[in-house]
Amino acid sequence: MKNKKWQKLNIGARIDKPGSSANYQTGSWRNQIPVYNEKDCDQCGDCVAFCPEDCIIVKNNKISHIDYKFCKGCGICARECPKGMFKMKEIK
Amino acid sequence: MKKNYQEKVISGAEAVAEAMRQINPDVVAAYPITPQTHIVEKYSEYVADGIVDTEFVSVESEHSALSCVIGAQAAGARSMTATSSQGLAYMWEVLGVASGMRLPILMPVVNRALSAPINIHCDHSDSMGASDQGWIQIFSENNQEAYENMLLMMKLIERGNIHLPAMVLQDGYVTSHNAERVRIYNDKLVKKFIGEYNPYQPLLDFSHPVSYGPIVLPDYQMEIKRQQVEAMDNVIKEYKNIANELKKITNHDHSLFEQYKLKDAKAAIVVSSSTAGSVKYVVDKLRQKGKRVGLLKIKLFRPFPYGEIFKSLFGIKNIAVLDRSINYGSDAAIFDEVLSTFAKNNQTIKIQSCIFGLGGRDIDLEQIEMIFQQLLAGEVSQKIKYIGLNE
Repeated sequence: MKNKKWQKLNIGARIDKPGSSANYQTGSWRNQIPVYNEKDCDQCGDCVAFCPEDCIIVKNNKISHIDYKFCKGCGICARECPKGMFKMKEIK
Repeated sequence: MKKNYQEKVISGAEAVAEAMRQINPDVVAAYPITPQTHIVEKYSEYVADGIVDTEFVSVESEHSALSCVIGAQAAGARSMTATSSQGLAYMWEVLGVASGMRLPILMPVVNRALSAPINIHCDHSDSMGASDQGWIQIFSENNQEAYENMLLMMKLIERGNIHLPAMVLQDGYVTSHNAERVRIYNDKLVKKFIGEYNPYQPLLDFSHPVSYGPIVLPDYQMEIKRQQVEAMDNVIKEYKNIANELKKITNHDHSLFEQYKLKDAKAAIVVSSSTAGSVKYVVDKLRQKGKRVGLLKIKLFRPFPYGEIFKSLFGIKNIAVLDRSINYGSDAAIFDEVLSTFAKNNQTIKIQSCIFGLGGRDIDLEQIEMIFQQLLAGEVSQKIKYIGLNE
């Protein structure tokens, strides 16, 4: 997303669109990415409970995917998973 | 022609309170501090007597006073506070919040020295210390000017292309506590001039919800700050329009700064606030003796009208700038700006820098005359002169 010019912004950084924080994709901060091993996963749900950004998406009682738009790469999922189903991979 | 004013013998502090009465702000939050006290004292009387509709909030500190006013202004209420010296220093953290959130808050400031040593008398170190916090700053020479600056600033800061807070400065005790004849213009005329407040993006407009004061990371900080500079630049232009409008009521010229017998002057003093009155007296005296001397009185300090001031001073050989505040390890504040006006126009000039009046030290007519005599004799040095220093 291209940044707006100063002339086009609301004065005082005021936000006039409710819920617009969803547009700010905090995944851009990431310098490590969790790689998920779906095959060997027990679906215990620990990672879902611990993820501070709710980025581990569950559908029909099963982890469906990781929302990389908002995953900051903090690595909590990798640390908490009892079976080590997440490996943090560095982004070059 | 029928008089459109009533003359009252009142102090500078009361003159400001009169302006506040006519503006009738929705919210005033303040904490008393010498020598600002009489503004708030008088205004709280108006509130208690039901003369104004203001919600008056007594707070426990200046930090709270301005914080309260920031909240009220963001909500959409026309809000004010007033302070001096340590009170202004205590507000410092939230001064930039008021300007950064682009809230048109009007705040009379009665200039007083900053501690230490502790001193309750006038100098400009308090407002100079806050001169780069994004607030408009205007100096007032006397009670009348303090009153009229309040009206002018109130209208100016609410303009759509400005939305900045402003400090209306007057000298502690010299102006704030001395009574003079002040023309208070008819309430109806003043109220019509000021107009109803139509807040921009107020928090309480629930059909258009807004958030104030969000976090801004490196990707937008510079853009938001650049906007504030633009608003400051707009002040000079709008000031002239509003000054013309106010002149229709007051019949006074509300210029960006005042030129007093400056046109053909060979020597000039640049000074702000009440001391300008004494300088005018000396100018008149020396003019009677055929000496071509003049005064440039600084009113608007932020934004500083560089171009206009250069035009007025260019061609005058010997200039002294009198500052009532001290800058440790650098040039004095007004001196520095005046020197810049010449540098910006590729001119080099030697200007005498004088520091005077710290902590209420008097500057007398003889001392001002001496400065003029030295200027006329071409005595301009690179060294700062400390007027009245025991040395």
